[in-house]
Amino acid sequence: MKPLFTALLPVRRLAAVLSTLAIAATALALGDLKGNIRVDGSSTVFPITEAVAEEFAAEQPNVNVTVGVSGTGGGFKRFCSGEIDIADASRPIRHSEMELAAKHGVEFIEVPVAYDGLTIVVNKQNTWASELSVDNLKQIFSAQGTARTWKDVNPSWPAEPILAYSPGTDSGTFDYFKEVVLGKDGKARSDMSVSEDDNALVLGVSGNKYAIGFFGCAYYFENADKLTAVKVNGVAPSVETIENGTYAPFSRPLFIYVNAKAAAQPQVKAFVEFYLSHAADLVGDVGYVKLPAAVYGKVSRNWAAGRLGTQFTTSDGTTITTPFTATYQ
Amino acid sequence: MSSIGQIPGTPIPPSRRLLTNRAFLSVCLASTTLAVAVLCALIISVAVDGWGSLSWDFLDSFASRKPEKAGIKAALFGSLWVVATCALTAIPIGVGTAVYLEEFAPKNRVTRFIQLNITNLAGVPSIVYGIIGLTAFSRMFGVFRLDEPVTLGNSETFWFLQFPFGPSVLAAGLTLMLVILPVMIVSSQEALRSVPATLRQGSLAMGATTWQTVWRLTLPAAIPTIITGTILAISRAIGEAAPLLVVGAALLIFRTPENLMSSFTVLPLQIFNWAGRPQAGFHAIAAAAIIVQLVLLILFNGTAVALRLRLQKPLQ
Repeated sequence: MKPLFTALLPVRRLAAVLSTLAIAATALALGDLKGNIRVDGSSTVFPITEAVAEEFAAEQPNVNVTVGVSGTGGGFKRFCSGEIDIADASRPIRHSEMELAAKHGVEFIEVPVAYDGLTIVVNKQNTWASELSVDNLKQIFSAQGTARTWKDVNPSWPAEPILAYSPGTDSGTFDYFKEVVLGKDGKARSDMSVSEDDNALVLGVSGNKYAIGFFGCAYYFENADKLTAVKVNGVAPSVETIENGTYAPFSRPLFIYVNAKAAAQPQVKAFVEFYLSHAADLVGDVGYVKLPAAVYGKVSRNWAAGRLGTQFTTSDGTTITTPFTATYQ
Repeated sequence: MSSIGQIPGTPIPPSRRLLTNRAFLSVCLASTTLAVAVLCALIISVAVDGWGSLSWDFLDSFASRKPEKAGIKAALFGSLWVVATCALTAIPIGVGTAVYLEEFAPKNRVTRFIQLNITNLAGVPSIVYGIIGLTAFSRMFGVFRLDEPVTLGNSETFWFLQFPFGPSVLAAGLTLMLVILPVMIVSSQEALRSVPATLRQGSLAMGATTWQTVWRLTLPAAIPTIITGTILAISRAIGEAAPLLVVGAALLIFRTPENLMSSFTVLPLQIFNWAGRPQAGFHAIAAAAIIVQLVLLILFNGTAVALRLRLQKPLQ
């Protein structure tokens, strides 16, 4: 795979050396912390939190970090009732979850940590569909969609049925795809092959010439030799296009939510600050894409100022539709 | 045997009888071969994928974002703690219930109702027990406050307890106890039932009390079969992941349990997570973890079988 990663290797090695130095420096400054940090939530965000916790545990061996994978919804449920300190989330908090938090007196700080580029993939032998628009995707994936064969999308394409593959309908990945492509009240076609295991989707799409599917970019980067990524509105997904936002609208931010009360504890505060200063170096290791430096800067300032609440929903429950990067710049 | 419509006394021609016999044999042989072949294919593919990743370091390291550095120490110890808690609670309660229902309880409508419910509970999906475990053990019906638990001792001591139990080894062990209790009870009852009634009657006729009969005669005679049931039940407990996820098992943790209140992770969770990762390196260590889990299971069952052989005495 990874011509694009190989190209970045020297830079990443340098970054690794620098971050090791930075880790050594902060270890001296911080001294020994104690206590628990309880994290739970999205399995998509888990690899990032795992990477950060691994480095943090090496530096602060007396802090007991535990990370669970109850899913974004399950994590928020525990987070909003005050059971855990930090929630991993692959989507912004929902209004109903904010109400639960308010009921339990839980206030929180929203911290975007990385990008996941939702990638639309087709079979290697699929030579025709190298580029699709969001409207094309809507025709293909919507329950009311008109495209059931490739010919329906473009008259010059084969008259073969489209085999659609999708992640589980409870997953954050599906939620995001649905909202962007089908709209809030849209319904996905019922004859998709659905799997909770993204590796199964990789197998499915790489084994069927007329298949199309979607999942997080980490699974595409690992399997770039077996799959073709479809350009969306002319842009192919890559580390660069996801980070600079040109791979729109499928660059989706991933978050951690920190309990404001827990954030006052020194070990939790140190962990989140460690997260923010090392995320950019570590997310690439686990197949995700770092946020632009300006966004990390803004997030760090928000964190330092203790800015509470979400940037995605107003207090009366309406969703803010401004693009993510605009909100955080 | 004569089939319907045949004149009694006229035997079926031997060729047909033998043919039926041979057909039945080949059906049995085919199903056995199929079962063994699938099992072999699974074990071989896991061994091929995972063998190279097995090492002492793999057993003695915590999880990592780099597959070549990651290990299963936390999951291995977590599984041992949780299953031990489960076994230590489920065996006495399960066997005790079976003894009561078989030897002491009057055979009336109430006992029959209880019996029916136990048999039905054996078929309930384990995730449902997870929800019960979360409510009853992890949160204790909200009687205590989650953020300010009532504690006994401090978290450094091995006998540390807190209420509610939270997402701890004890809550998980008790939840798995609920999962396997129906199977434990039913199989122990079968074991007790297989002890000949004449033995019991003899003992009672000699003037022994029911307790003496159970303790000195029925239970010792039933123990080998009870152990078989226990093996099956505990094997199921080792493989469970779903109910523990509901109770609040962690996945990443950098220490092994120190007491019953420690947070934990278990092997099936670790395997599931690694198998779902995009990087092929994680798929290899998932296979290695499966090998460890299989060895653990074999060790455990081996001990139980050895125990059974030692205890199995012919009835006098």
